[in-house]
Amino acid sequence: MIHSLFLINNAGDIFLEKHWKSVISRSVCDYFFEAQEKAMEPDNVPPVIRTPHHYLINIYRDKIFFVSVIQTEVPPLFVIEFLHRVAEMFQDYFGDCSEVAIKDNVVIVYELLEEMLDNGFPLATESNILKELIKPPTILRSMVNSITGSSNVGETLPTGQLSTVPWRRAGVKYTNNEAYFDVVEEIDAILDKSGTTVFAEIQGVIDACVKLSGMPDLTLSFMNPRLLDDVSFHPCVRFKRWESERVLSFIPPDGNFRLMSYHVNAQNLVAIPVYVRQNISFFESGSSGRLDITLGPKQTMGKTVECVVVTVHMPKVVLNANLTATQGNYTYDPVTKILVWDIGKLNQQKLPNLKGSLSLQSGAPKPEENPSLNIDLKIQQLAISGLKVNRLDMYGEKYKPFKGVKYVTKVFR
Amino acid sequence: ETNKLYCTSVKCCIFELKAELNSDKKEKKKEAVKKVIASMTVGKDVSALFPDVVNCMQTDNLELKKLVYLYLMNYAKSQPDMAIMAVNTFVKDCEDPNPLIRALAVRTMGCIRVDKITEYLCEPLRKCLKDEDPYVRKTAAVCVAKLHDINAQLVEDQGFLDTLKDLISDSNPMVVANAVAALSEISESHPNCNLLDLNPQSINKLLTALNECTEWGQIFILDCLANYTPRDDRESQSICERVTPRLSHANSAVVLSAVKVLMKFMEMLPKDLDYYGTLLKKLAPPLVTLLSAEPELQYVALRNINLIVQKRPEILKHEMKVFFVKYNDPIYVKLEKLDIMIRLASQANIAQVLAELKEYATEVDVDFVRKAVRAIGRCAIKVEQSAERCVSTLLDLIQTKVNYVVQEAIVVIKDIFRKYPNKYESVIATLCENLDSLDEPEARAAMIWIVGEYAERIDNADELLESFLEGFHDESTQVTTQQNTQVLHKHTQNTPDSDNPDLRDRGYIYWRLLSTDPVAAKEVVLAEKPLISEETDLIEPTLLEELICHIGSLASVYHKPPNAFVEGSRGVQHKRLPARTASGESAESPDAGQSVGGVSDAPPAVIPSQGDLLGDLLNLDLAPPSASVPVVPASMQMGVDLLGGGLDSLIAVGLAGGTGGMPAGLGGTPAMGGGLGDLFDLGGGVGMATGSYVPPKAVWLPAMKAKGLEISGTFARRGGGIHMDLSLTNNAMSIMTDFAIQFNRNSFGLAPAGPLQVLTPLAQNQTIDVSLPLNTNGPIMKMEPLNNLQVAVKNNIDVFYFSCQYPISLLFVEDGKMDRQVFLATWKDIPSENETQYQIKDFHLNSDAASTKLQGSNVFTVAKRTVDAQDLLYQSIKLTNGIWALAELRIQSITPNYMTRLRTRASLSLSASLWVQFAMLYDCGFLEGLDHFVVFP
Repeated sequence: MIHSLFLINNAGDIFLEKHWKSVISRSVCDYFFEAQEKAMEPDNVPPVIRTPHHYLINIYRDKIFFVSVIQTEVPPLFVIEFLHRVAEMFQDYFGDCSEVAIKDNVVIVYELLEEMLDNGFPLATESNILKELIKPPTILRSMVNSITGSSNVGETLPTGQLSTVPWRRAGVKYTNNEAYFDVVEEIDAILDKSGTTVFAEIQGVIDACVKLSGMPDLTLSFMNPRLLDDVSFHPCVRFKRWESERVLSFIPPDGNFRLMSYHVNAQNLVAIPVYVRQNISFFESGSSGRLDITLGPKQTMGKTVECVVVTVHMPKVVLNANLTATQGNYTYDPVTKILVWDIGKLNQQKLPNLKGSLSLQSGAPKPEENPSLNIDLKIQQLAISGLKVNRLDMYGEKYKPFKGVKYVTKVFR
Repeated sequence: ETNKLYCTSVKCCIFELKAELNSDKKEKKKEAVKKVIASMTVGKDVSALFPDVVNCMQTDNLELKKLVYLYLMNYAKSQPDMAIMAVNTFVKDCEDPNPLIRALAVRTMGCIRVDKITEYLCEPLRKCLKDEDPYVRKTAAVCVAKLHDINAQLVEDQGFLDTLKDLISDSNPMVVANAVAALSEISESHPNCNLLDLNPQSINKLLTALNECTEWGQIFILDCLANYTPRDDRESQSICERVTPRLSHANSAVVLSAVKVLMKFMEMLPKDLDYYGTLLKKLAPPLVTLLSAEPELQYVALRNINLIVQKRPEILKHEMKVFFVKYNDPIYVKLEKLDIMIRLASQANIAQVLAELKEYATEVDVDFVRKAVRAIGRCAIKVEQSAERCVSTLLDLIQTKVNYVVQEAIVVIKDIFRKYPNKYESVIATLCENLDSLDEPEARAAMIWIVGEYAERIDNADELLESFLEGFHDESTQVTTQQNTQVLHKHTQNTPDSDNPDLRDRGYIYWRLLSTDPVAAKEVVLAEKPLISEETDLIEPTLLEELICHIGSLASVYHKPPNAFVEGSRGVQHKRLPARTASGESAESPDAGQSVGGVSDAPPAVIPSQGDLLGDLLNLDLAPPSASVPVVPASMQMGVDLLGGGLDSLIAVGLAGGTGGMPAGLGGTPAMGGGLGDLFDLGGGVGMATGSYVPPKAVWLPAMKAKGLEISGTFARRGGGIHMDLSLTNNAMSIMTDFAIQFNRNSFGLAPAGPLQVLTPLAQNQTIDVSLPLNTNGPIMKMEPLNNLQVAVKNNIDVFYFSCQYPISLLFVEDGKMDRQVFLATWKDIPSENETQYQIKDFHLNSDAASTKLQGSNVFTVAKRTVDAQDLLYQSIKLTNGIWALAELRIQSITPNYMTRLRTRASLSLSASLWVQFAMLYDCGFLEGLDHFVVFP
């Protein structure tokens, strides 16, 4: 199981270490540093590093390397998932997962790590339960504590850990009972020059913020659940009911959590919200080229397309661009060869157009390939897959909660 | 306030903290302990405060208690005597009315790795394992694992393992999960005792707990389930059905563990079952979903998908696009995706794949670009229809003139030429234009190969080769070897008699060869090249099966069996995929044929270079020896005498490269790694057995391939007769009778001299040893390898086929001692082309001992000479078919090396390759425990 954890900053300082079994010398991190040096960029450090006596499994989050040491055969995904959980927990407790925040709260960090693993076995990794065991720091509380001498550690047994709903703490109370669901869809598509879809998929998530008293038992149903064929759920969702009735039935954790994520990749189901007419050509002589791009809304179901940005990776020989945009601004970086056209809102009546000439390095052969266009956009109040929440019902409690659903569509990454 | 916890000066800290820790005020005490913990966390040594901190332990303040516990866990090891002081408090806390305190105490005690304390731990632990509160029980379960780590014997003596096994049936799923986790960890250091005794009842308990426990618990339970082998396809299906929902879990580790269980158990399902198809379909989406997770998770997922794609390509064959590389993927993800793209490439998607690969070849990261270019070459080799497009894509890339792209492209074009000879030579002109830009050894070697290979089609081949020769002395061995061969190559093809003084100056060694024996030279250098195989990096099937059983583990990331690298894993048991057993299948079952069919569907063993060995060796296959290939023992470097002494070092390099290039073909048997020297060592003790060499029994027919019948066996020569010693084991549910055996035609006409004597029916789980006498009167057919024997065994259930290989020493007859004079005459008589030489390194037997040992295997010493501190043994061997072989064994007393020269008559017309085999067999045949010729292709 997980033996030790080292937190290392970008400068290569080990600023925190925690051992769940015997102490392993820091020198084991030298192997990590070696790999880090070889990788050049922090993002490229391989996640699993083999050393003569140990394995180092690491993740890189918020400029911190979380390096765990293992000695026996342990599923690496298990370790990586756990490390992500640690990073999320720091974020959750301290507002951000930075070296400063961790150093400022070093005792709480230590207590948290101790509660999260026992002898390398995960113990309590649900935020709800941890918060019951170790209170998050607040300015108010630390003042009160120092006056009254009370502590950060909960005095009660973490009941959630034993119940069949380990993700929910007991005795939750709110004056305003509310449940919000955000349906966020990211579209990832590749179109060819003629606008035909080469590849398209939608990655969707439903993030929930549930603040309900007691033990509410919720049922969320969709207008068109058949859309979802590839789903992964929060452990609270009863899979049997989903399989038989295609409804999400669950006792929610308290607070923010990701209820489900899904994938729609049947291409006919993926509507592309915009269309592009583009013509980028380079002339045989004269070291120049022309560019003409027009964008228009396509399947937007009456919603406005916002935050539209077009990025073009130009061939290396393109020295500069002299263009006119009917809407928004453009920039061309001759070093990175990236043309960015920030359009903003897409206007149905007056389609935005970017047109003009490109100057090429003289004497260089004309580039063969048409450069590719990346389009970024956002649509509020629409899930592009067409997914719609039908209703949310609550059982088990008597009060009437306030419910809300928000939709948003974005471009993948 | 919090920043104060970080104090810069340790010394002042210790002094101040000591005072604060001993303060009367509870609050001040707590703050002091906090400061101590903070210092400890950042690696400062605060162990000097041990007694003061332990004094704070007796408190009813939970936070203070926790903090002190934290401190104790860290420093108890370095202060064992002090730690004893804490024992009483622990014991007391284990009886506290608050279950939280009880659990905390038992948890902390287990983390104090001090022998003296563990003794005190047993009683409280026993109580906690039976505590009424599940929270305490689940904590105690983990504590057993901790204790086992400190003192395994104690845990066994105290009966904690049994208590832990009982907890698998606990009413609380969390307790079950932790018990499973603890048992799994313990059994890792206990490979032999079956701690997790899985039966249908316990499996049911685990499946129930699976639905209710935490995500981490689910991983433990799934990993444990994967070790179970269902009784039949019905049980297998019902487990699969209950595991499938886990594929939708948000935790990727749960998903991958579930995939492992399903991949393993679906092996048992009949392929025509509807459910089988459903299951296949269900596996794709979760794997695709893993690829939208964080890059680290993607990496592990991709390594596993690589295995899954090899085992069951149908699962992801339509998902090519998800493996397309994104520009912001970390490099380690990009490289893995490329690998899988090549595996999934087929005629249907090749156009798309090529377009992508071409894109990648223009990226910035050099490693990635190189791999992309290689991938294009691999596509050409894999999908024949695409070869032309691949070649033209590669030519486009060469036109970019980006140095490393050009070099990489030339290397892969060489491979394409090898796969499709005489098809694409029109591109050679373009290649030649880029001669000057080649500065990497591999690319230069490839170019030289091409020039030499198509010498007659290149007008100025001489000049080109000469231009390479200018830098001869600076080149790496890889290039020089290739250069020499190709210079020679060209001359044997065109003008063997030409007298080019320039060339002779440079390549005098070759020239000598050419002028002395051009025919032999031509034979050697123009030997048939082995065809390049389609997928050289496929994982060998048995390893793949084992790795499939380890999906999600470190083994799956490294693509090596777990025992190959996990430190301290004391002999991990090899896992195998289960064979298909239909429920209620009996001997008369109508679908009995299916299970055989299911097994034979397994992909055929990959032997990348099937060409004959000598051809392969001399072809100087430039594939660099990959890391996975064990070091080639020096004894394999047979310097062929006819090439003359000057060549030895060059040939040796070539040989090492050549043998390195055919890894999987050797069956991946690690026995190779030992090297002959080791084995000589093993058998080299004084007073060793003088009997003939008998290899250890090997499993020839695994039970899974023969409906429960397992056959292992070996060959022995006893009392002048040949015997096949068999062990038949019945692993099936029914009794086996009516055994019979037959051999296929083979190289030396081996045949059973009588029927297979299995008189009593073979009951379940029974093993019977039979010795089958053989004669050599059977029909003869040359087998590949020479010593291969194909056997059919029949019983009341079915007929089963397997093949095995016998040590050639089996055929050495007792009257093989040649007369001295005859020996001398014959030795001179045999032309030197018929001689093979090879060296045995690190051999510590003196000549007398070696002679005695060899005689045990009917290798007779005819004469012995001592020259220049070398012992020369002259030996003769006679085979059952009357062939004589003569050998000279040269033993150097200074260096522990043997040199063997082996000759037989030209009339034997053994081809060169057979010769080498023969020599190898000779070499191995008399060495005890040496079974590596079995893996010889």
